[in-house]
Order: sequence, then C-alpha cells, then structure tokens
Amino acid sequence: MAVNGIQQSLPFTAQFKESLLKIPEGENIQACLQCACCSGVCPFGFAMDFPPGRMIAWMRAGILDEMLKSDSVWMCVSCYACTEVCPKDIPITLALMTRAKEEALLAGNVPAELQSALEFSQQYGNPLGESSRKRAAWSEELDFEIPIIRKAKRPVDILWFVGDYASYHPRSKNVTIAFATLLNKLGIDFGILGPDEFSDGDSQRLAGERGLFEMLAEKNAKVISRCEFTEIITTDPHAYNAFKNEYPQLGFDFPVRHYTEFLVEHLDEITPLFKENGKAKVAYHDPCYLGRVNKIYDAPRQLIEAIPGLELIEMAHNKSTSLCCGGGGGGMWLDGFRWEKSESRLSEWRVKEAVAVNADILAVACPYEPPRFEDAAKAITGAEKLQVKDVVELIVDAIGN
Amino acid sequence: MTEIVVIARLVPDLVEELEIATSGTALDLAWLRLIINEFDNHAIEQAIILKERSGATVTIISPEAEGVEDMLFTTAAKGADKLIKLTGVGEEKPTNLSMAQTLAEIIKEINPDLVLTGVQAHDDFTGDLAPQLADLLDMPYVGYISGISLGDGKATAYKEYPGGILAEMEIALPAVLGIQSSEEPPRYVAISKVRQMMNTASIEDRDAGVLETDSGVVIDRMYLPEVADRAEMLEGDEEEVASKLIAILQDLGLL
Ligand code: SF4
Ligand code: SF4
Repeated sequence: MAVNGIQQSLPFTAQFKESLLKIPEGENIQACLQCACCSGVCPFGFAMDFPPGRMIAWMRAGILDEMLKSDSVWMCVSCYACTEVCPKDIPITLALMTRAKEEALLAGNVPAELQSALEFSQQYGNPLGESSRKRAAWSEELDFEIPIIRKAKRPVDILWFVGDYASYHPRSKNVTIAFATLLNKLGIDFGILGPDEFSDGDSQRLAGERGLFEMLAEKNAKVISRCEFTEIITTDPHAYNAFKNEYPQLGFDFPVRHYTEFLVEHLDEITPLFKENGKAKVAYHDPCYLGRVNKIYDAPRQLIEAIPGLELIEMAHNKSTSLCCGGGGGGMWLDGFRWEKSESRLSEWRVKEAVAVNADILAVACPYEPPRFEDAAKAITGAEKLQVKDVVELIVDAIGN
Repeated sequence: MTEIVVIARLVPDLVEELEIATSGTALDLAWLRLIINEFDNHAIEQAIILKERSGATVTIISPEAEGVEDMLFTTAAKGADKLIKLTGVGEEKPTNLSMAQTLAEIIKEINPDLVLTGVQAHDDFTGDLAPQLADLLDMPYVGYISGISLGDGKATAYKEYPGGILAEMEIALPAVLGIQSSEEPPRYVAISKVRQMMNTASIEDRDAGVLETDSGVVIDRMYLPEVADRAEMLEGDEEEVASKLIAILQDLGLL
C-alpha cells in the first residue's frame, strides 16, 4: 500500500511526471497554460526557487532533478490557494506539491525541524513528542467525566476525535475544554478515544510522509472500527479532512463532520442559553482545510452571527481567498526554516489584515490557529488589544456559567 | 571490504513519567516504553556515513526487547546490511561484562575492522560495555568520539574535550569506538522504506546464552528526585525584578 519512491534507474523527471498522471485529475497537468496564477497567488511563491508554475515548466523541459536538491518545496504550506485559482483545474496542492515533497523526503532532503515532528509521530502517535498515555490529560480540568469509549464499553452518539494540538497544546487545549463544556451542557451523548487515539496524520501526509500517514490511519481505523457510534465530530479541520477525503481511499469510511456544522444544527438549543455579552467586531479567519478544501464557509459565520453583541466583519482575504495561517503542510514544524528563507510569517500578515478592519476579535476554527495568531499579535503594532478566539470559545463565553 | 559492527540497545523512553516498582529498588517496567539509545543511534549514523563515503558492510547487533525488530528494520532502511537479534535476554538487565562476552563471540565471527556503539546509555550505571568489549576482542578503545575517517589499516577519530579542545587521533584497526555523536545528525527515513524492509530484509536470531545479571552492585533505594525549594523567586514589577537580578549577578561577579 505504501507509495514507493521513484526508481532511480529512470530519469527522475520522467518518472515524477508519470506518477502525477496516475493521480485523479493529474492528467490536467498536461493542459497547464503557464499563466502563473498559481505562483502569483502562492503566499510563499516569492521565496520558492520552484513555485508550482515553474515546476511544471521545468518538468516539461525534463530538467526537474534540480528541484530535489533545492529546499523550495518545504516552503509550501499546502493551502490550496494555487489549486483554487488554476484555470485548468490542475490538482496542484494534492498532486504536484505533495508528490514533490514525498520525493524530497525520500531523497533524504528533510529540514531538521520537520524530521523530529515525523519521528515523534511515529514513536508517540503525535507530532509534539508527548506521551500517548496523556492524550486525554486535558479532560482532568473538567468537573465532569468524559467517557473513553473503549473503557465505557457502550455505544455513543458522537465519537469526538480530539486531535493532536487540541489534546496537547496549552493554548489549543482551552478550545477543547470549551467544546467539552458545551457538549455537556447540551446533553450530547459523546465519548473520546483517549490514549487509543493517534494523530490523524493529514499534516504529515502533506509534508510528504505518506507512509507515516497510512500507518497512523490504519491504527486509528483499527481502534475506531471497534467502537459503536453514529458519527465522528472533530474541532480539527485537518482531522476532518483526513476522515472525509483521505481515509476512505484507504478503505476506512467513517461518517464525519466538523464541529461548526454540528453546532449549527443545535443552534435552537444553544441560542436560549446566551446571556448579555457586550459588543465586539469579529473577523473570521477561514482555515484552509475547512474553507477552500472542504467548502465550509457558512457554518462558522452562522454561529458567530447567532451570538448576541458580535458583529461579523470580513478581512481583505476571506472565504475562498483566505490566507493560510502558516501551519499547514507541515508548517507547524517548519516555522524556523521558513522564517530563515522568507523573513516573513503568514500569521503576522493575517493579523495585520484583522487590524486593518478594526477587529476586536480574530475568530478561528482550527487548533493550529489560536497559538499562531496570538504569537503574531504580539509582534504587530496595533494588534495589542486583538483577541484570538475559536468560535466555540466565543459561544461558551457568551453562555457564561 | 571494510566490516563495521554496531551495537544498538533499546532504553527506557523518558517521555513517559518513570514509576518506581513496589520493591523500591527498581523502575516499574509495566509502563515503560523503549526507544533506541540516542548515542547508539549516532553510532548507526556514523557507520552509514562511513559506508556511503568509502564502502563498508554494516552489521547491527541488538539485544532483544519490545520493538527491537522495528528498530532493526529502520537501520536497514538507512543502509545497514545485516541485522542480528540476540535472543534469550531476560527482563533483568545483564551486566556489561556478561553482555560483552556474548557479543564478543559473535563479533569474532564477523572479524570486523571497526566496532561502534554509543559511549553511554541512560539505563547503564557503569558505561563500560564498549571498553569491556575492546578488552575481550583485544582491540584498542577510545570513547566520546564525534567523527571518524577511515584510512589504510587505521582510522582517524575526533574527540571533544572540555573547553572547546578537539583532539584528532590515529587508531590502529581493528578498534572499538564509543560514539558521542555522528558527524551529521541521524537521518530520517521514510516509513514506506522501513515497511519495504519489513518485507524484504531478514533478522538473524542468535542465542545470547547464559547472561549474568548480578553485577555485585546492590541498589538500596531508587527514588525520583525530591522537590526542594532552593530557587529564589524575585518578586516585584519588571523594574524591581531587573534591578534585583543585576544586584545578584554583580554579587556573583558576573557583571
Ligand atoms: S495556475 Fe494552473 S494553468 Fe496556470 S501556471 Fe499554474 S498550474 Fe498552470
Ligand atoms: S498550496 Fe499554497 S503554499 Fe503550496 S504552492 Fe499552492 S499556494 Fe503555494
């Protein structure tokens, strides 16, 4: 099942091209117009030796071997901005950029920061290098207990796939706690996998480690197939994307929804719980894997608009043109590398956009984002008062105790 | 062809919280997870670097433990040629001398030019596996090595001393070297390559024979470091804290 590297006996470029053509819609690459829309819209295009358009040009010329030695591909945050604008529907992110990373990785060209995240994912089932036994330790802060499905030995309605950063990151954990509190308040029957949960592997896949992704997917599928539940809900758009689009290709088909879709359905029960909430302008940041990749633009906005006192405003880049926070495609593990190459941070760019529209709150819906944007806000003049909140935190804040 | 043997051991992973067994003199092994000894990982990397540079056959020998097959296949994916697992090693840790005796028998059959292993392991009290091995094999030993180049019948090894002094020494081969760090950090190998090795590479099992576990050292008590409040917390606003800190540094003669 594992994807093998390109056999070195044949010229790399020819083999690489052939492997792309085998990917669904990969043959569209032959129709590339060389319009360079992709390279232009790419947030890190300026820092790449081989932005997507040029990669295709060099591939056509049969001289793409150069790319393997360059560290250009590690600037790609897998944000789908290029795929979104390509007039020829070329699967640039899914096929071209991801395959390029896979080849770079097989050739041993891996930035050191990324290497340790991949090793940790292999050893501990999470890229942070935390003990897998402590995966549910965040729940100890709650005043009620969350059933761990294997131990509870009973069917649950909702299998909540918590995810890596939501389980371990000290800032993202607050969002997790908020979501647990809300589910509990709504009387939802839910459970988690706890220490049996592994990383969803999607970001590792996008960082070129397909074999690791498959290994993690198999482990999760094995655990989940032993549980009885109606559907999977997750706060993590990367986990959502893995379950929705990637696991089925490996034969693991589980119904999944992002928590924003799930909560919209429960708005009638949530609305009566809201209290007086003050006034604030909220700019919503579309996470790439919720918005552009999976086209969920409305659910999070509907939730924000339902909260009393909050005014939803839009930043310059929004919905399908949203700007990546910089954490995708292995970006969570390449911050140092990317800063060295580009001397810029996408999260700071985004925070400037929030400041430009006078937002009081930058709302997000992905566990990668609160820490990234909060750090960025510390560095941006004018962002001193900007609050970064996940949509579920806004809801729980407005409900109060 | 140059023959290189690397001894690679699995050790308790310190990511997990350590627990003391009810006996009070040992770790509770039930919760322990094992991981490759970091220094041995560097020894493997150094062997692969030498192989890539001037050609060599690399044999990895590991005492059996949970997860040792995966570890061995990973070394094969990196470029190791032969994998040997020592079987019949019990839960209780054998003494280094006894382990060295067993290893020496196998290593003699291979007749290597170079034997590498990590200079220490964090579950090892005495750190004398490599010197014991050198003695039994009648080879010279140098420890704390952080780089090797091979010449004709000799090796040049680099060893760091405190104070930024780097020694370059010539060693007659065959020799045993204790590795502190490899020239390049240990590489990453894609899981797909490791999985390939699981299907194609093979591990040779060798019986460890009778291993001595009584080192003559008696552990009276094993305990976790006790919390003590020796730290001085500086109180006050930024200005106050800064001036107190400066006063302390001046007292210590650092400013
Ligand atoms: S946007 Fe599409 S058609 Fe245009 S250069 Fe990029 S890949 Fe080619
Ligand atoms: S996915 Fe995003 S970062 Fe990667 S090439 Fe496309 S636009 Fe650039």
